[in-house]
Amino acid sequence: MIPPAFDYARPGSIEEAVRALADGGEDAKVLAGGQSLLPLLRMRLAFPELVVDVGRVPGLSGVREDGDTLVIGAMTTHHDVIHDPLVRRHAGLLAAATATVADPAVRHRGTLGGSLAHADPAGDLPAVVLALDAELVAQGPGGRRVIPAREFFVDYLQSALAPDELLTEVRVPKADGWGFHYEKFHRVAQSWAIVGVAALVRRDDGHIAEARVALTNMGATPLRAHAAEEALAGAGDAEAVARAAQEAADGTHPAQDTSASPEYRAHLARVLTGRAVLTAAGMG
Amino acid sequence: MTETVAREVGRARPRKEDAHLLTGQTSWTDNITASGLLHIALLRSPMAHARLTRVDVSPALERPGVVAAFSGADLADGLSSMPCVWPVTEDIVMPDHPPLAVDEVRHAGDPVAVVVARDRYAAADALEAIEVDYDPLPPVLDLESALADGSPLVHSDKGTNRCYTWPLKTGEDFDAVRARAEVSVRRRYHQQRLIPNAMEPRAVVVTPVAASGEYTLYSSTQIPHILRVLLAMVTGIPEHKLRVIAPDVGGGFGSKLQVYAEEALALAVARRLGRPVKWTESRSEGFLTTHHGRGMIQDIEIAAKSDGTLLGLKVDLLADMGAYLMLITPGIPLLGAFMYPGIYKMDAYDFTCTGVFTNRTPTDAYRGAGRPEATFAIERTMDELAAELGMDPVELRRRNWIRHEEFPYTAIAGLTYDSGNYEAATARALELFDYDKLRAEQADRNARGDTVRLGIGVSTYTEMCGLAPSRILRDLRYAAGGWEAATVRVLPTGKVEVVTGTSPHGQGHVTCWSQIAADVLGVPFEDVEVVHGDTKAAPQGMDTYGSRSLVVGGLAVHHAANKVVDKARKVAAHLLEASEQDLEFTGGVFSVKGSPEARRTLQEIAFETFSSHDLPDGMEPTINAEHVLDPDTFSYPHGTHLCAVEVDTETGQSRIRSYVSVDDVGKVINPMIVEGQVHGGLAQGIAQALFEEAVYDDEGNLLSGTMADYLVPSAADLPEFVTDRTETPATSNALGVKGVGEAGTIASTPAVVNAIVDALRPLGVQDVPMPCTPERVWRALRSAQEARS
Amino acid sequence: MTHITVKVDGTTYEDKVEPRLLLVHYLRDRLGLTGTPVGCDTSNCGACTVDLDGTSVKSCSVLAVQADGGEVTTVQGLAPDGELTRLQRAFHEGHALQCGYCTPGMIMAARDLLRENPHPTAEEVRLGLEGNLCRCTGYQNIVRAVLAASEQEVTA
Repeated sequence: MIPPAFDYARPGSIEEAVRALADGGEDAKVLAGGQSLLPLLRMRLAFPELVVDVGRVPGLSGVREDGDTLVIGAMTTHHDVIHDPLVRRHAGLLAAATATVADPAVRHRGTLGGSLAHADPAGDLPAVVLALDAELVAQGPGGRRVIPAREFFVDYLQSALAPDELLTEVRVPKADGWGFHYEKFHRVAQSWAIVGVAALVRRDDGHIAEARVALTNMGATPLRAHAAEEALAGAGDAEAVARAAQEAADGTHPAQDTSASPEYRAHLARVLTGRAVLTAAGMG
Repeated sequence: MTETVAREVGRARPRKEDAHLLTGQTSWTDNITASGLLHIALLRSPMAHARLTRVDVSPALERPGVVAAFSGADLADGLSSMPCVWPVTEDIVMPDHPPLAVDEVRHAGDPVAVVVARDRYAAADALEAIEVDYDPLPPVLDLESALADGSPLVHSDKGTNRCYTWPLKTGEDFDAVRARAEVSVRRRYHQQRLIPNAMEPRAVVVTPVAASGEYTLYSSTQIPHILRVLLAMVTGIPEHKLRVIAPDVGGGFGSKLQVYAEEALALAVARRLGRPVKWTESRSEGFLTTHHGRGMIQDIEIAAKSDGTLLGLKVDLLADMGAYLMLITPGIPLLGAFMYPGIYKMDAYDFTCTGVFTNRTPTDAYRGAGRPEATFAIERTMDELAAELGMDPVELRRRNWIRHEEFPYTAIAGLTYDSGNYEAATARALELFDYDKLRAEQADRNARGDTVRLGIGVSTYTEMCGLAPSRILRDLRYAAGGWEAATVRVLPTGKVEVVTGTSPHGQGHVTCWSQIAADVLGVPFEDVEVVHGDTKAAPQGMDTYGSRSLVVGGLAVHHAANKVVDKARKVAAHLLEASEQDLEFTGGVFSVKGSPEARRTLQEIAFETFSSHDLPDGMEPTINAEHVLDPDTFSYPHGTHLCAVEVDTETGQSRIRSYVSVDDVGKVINPMIVEGQVHGGLAQGIAQALFEEAVYDDEGNLLSGTMADYLVPSAADLPEFVTDRTETPATSNALGVKGVGEAGTIASTPAVVNAIVDALRPLGVQDVPMPCTPERVWRALRSAQEARS
Repeated sequence: MTHITVKVDGTTYEDKVEPRLLLVHYLRDRLGLTGTPVGCDTSNCGACTVDLDGTSVKSCSVLAVQADGGEVTTVQGLAPDGELTRLQRAFHEGHALQCGYCTPGMIMAARDLLRENPHPTAEEVRLGLEGNLCRCTGYQNIVRAVLAASEQEVTA
């Protein structure tokens, strides 16, 4: 319950933050909303020498439009994401999935950028940005870098961010006209998803023209269910969707833990993919 | 002129306890501070079983803010083994249990060293500096192989992992009965380990006065009185120099019915340093060290006629003691031993329980303690028998239960149930549940092959409450008695103090005891104060557990208050120059029959007694009274619970659709509090059925080691309950009360699991082990499917 | 040590704190505001919920330094002149607390819930309180009390 001691920096700008991170090297950690970092510190599972609190850095939160893209500041809280009219209109999947994250008090503090940078495959939002084909923008000593979501999640709790890079914004292509659904399966309301399925579906003339399916907690990183996505193209009824969903667990490597076995997770991925796609397609 | 007096008993009084809890003006143990207070932190074994080859605390002393650090050897002098007061058999194996491990650790979390520092942060940091070498030993984790020859031993000096074997055979010989039975059903059930999770983590504060050798110990405990006696024995601090206070206590559910190593260690450290000390567990630490509940393998066999008439019952238990015997660890299964036959009549009962040591956190009382296990086993098996016979499960129960007109009834296990009306409770439950309609929907879904099946679970129960008649405790080899003490004092101004030996931690004793005393004394509810939880202010008590507080402690208040009235009557008769027989006492006023103007209020009499200017000759100048009540018998609440569950056969997810409980707890002091107790009990029983389990790996590590992994349900995970009561007064006590603390927990677990199995039975499923996780349901369905194809 | 200024329950405090100090420990151990208890170490139980700058937060999951310049309301600041709030009254009248340990967090979370959704359904109350665990009540009376408090507001 007692965090280990650390030094503390509270930069006033992105540049200061990046400089602090560069100075701190591997032993520095970014403190965004703290809802992932503080639990690690309390359980003494992380021992940073320096904590860089970016909570006061201006310009890191809020949502704006940039043509066909929504730009969401990394420090935008889950609560604000859920209620933001632009997000609701153009990236409903993100709003819906964010509403399932943790609980209201955690959502008041926790941030979109924080939960993505944490890169927990059991977190709900990594799969969602993967499904949305979002881009993540990092600022480092050498400047600004845009990382596609599919390259951002490198391994378990490991993102593509360098130790001296700060995630500053998430760029989400507007998904206007896409049906969406996030199907989260968990044993109690607050617990992590055993499996989650983020689905985006574009319909054309009663058939699924294109589907994007991303999986939560089916491996060391969030995963796109490519085989299922391909099989879903052209599906016109519930049966065809269910058939395509059988391929949802292909290429996944889910973990064994106290809440489920890999085998059961694979089964769930197939069932939940079918349900998520049907709901997203309005065919459920 | 007649005064009408509103009866307090039976009123839904909002609680007196609430005001300070609602506004944060609380005195949880961790809130208590003292000048110079030091904080204790404990280093705990990361291994389930190992020899300690080296414990070096000296590096911790170098850390800033650290005042002292001790190994087990450092504190061994002056601390004896932690107590177990229930040696259930003559030949029970009672291992040594040092408060701080000296040469061996026997479960993950066993404490190996103590640091004492200026604040909790410094103490936590210093733990990391302590150096310990562990020489791993093979852990004992499986109850059956633990008993096999050649098994590694939890306590090598004892030569066995068998703690005891306790038999109970009543009625006819079971084998003979089975020989003439037309049907028998044999099943094995696992009672998973549960972690009680009172919301307030445990904490202890000790403030010593070195010069006089006096110690005050504050603890988040259910049992300040028992704690005082036993800590005096463990530490050698004379009992009269030790004051124990249970301040605000945030729930217990049995987990604080314990004498914990940390309490003894805090006293030892305070004695050594002459400074006040505090220890507060973190939740995850508590998962390893606060005792667990349940943890049994149950083999149960039931023999019956083809018309469903029960003939006999055989039960074989293996009970996981964990690594050590805590306060009443061995006795928990015995509290259930008498309850396996439940509310049913039969001719033979054969029960055996074997306690087994393992390298896991010790087990002990958890809400219901033995009785939920018993009720689960019999009620699950009754459903299995009903399925075997093709009979409606409610009908099978009806054919076998003790009928209303048969009370008092001596049940097969030897207990005489004083009262009950199983017909009435069941009829009410069926009505509220709309049983027939749900059965029709179930049949429809089954016929359609719906992927979401509906299941209906029924559970009846009775329980032995009001622990306990001291002579029965003697026969069961429990070391103490089961009485409870109360004192009622009428202060000179007419206000009333009730002193109780029960020690509430959320139940509402202050409100209920006030209601009881107000009625007897005819004083306003608001004029009664209840004093508890401090051995100096309430010196005599047996504390709170086992649904005993009202049935024993509340009744003691009732009797003590009546003694006050008897004494006051003497004073009133003297003052009114009337004979005692000619006095009436209503609404707190004595008056002479036939001349109502001749009257004295209880308040006036209290003041007359205070001045003592004009008391009857030879009368002691007090109307205060105490009563220590040793109950003659147990009490026997009962009820019928019905649960409807929808099971998604594709994912295995179970969702409770409706839940009805109809409980009969006898007369009710405060219906609002009774309903609250039922709600909470239901939540915990449902949680055992669906969510909670202490999971260990093959090396004895607790995998569900935090609240993130051990799933305590939230409001979003539980249904709205429909609760009602029937009221069959207990005939064994003056208030007609039976106790309610554990009822909901006892009945709900089998109701939920019966419902899940009922939903899946058409698909070939006979059982789903608890907790019935989605994966387990899915696996049960898959196995059934494989078995059929 | 970091210098912080925090307003808690109407009083402004200035302190030097270790950066790692949790807000809940700052409240309890430094300010003696022990009305806010600690129930877990994994952000699950919500017993330590307080209001920080107008929204509910788990004070075990906020560093004291993060609250610098902020305004905290704890359960102890809800009824400064002794008059219980409608939520506190509803909890009392509806027996929505037993041991009372979860109550401060439950009330702070429910207060936030009603601020955002003044007229919730029972289902919304249950979901809104998913981050606050109670072991005594089975939640039924808590849900009822929150609904009762929300209805009171309608008529008030």
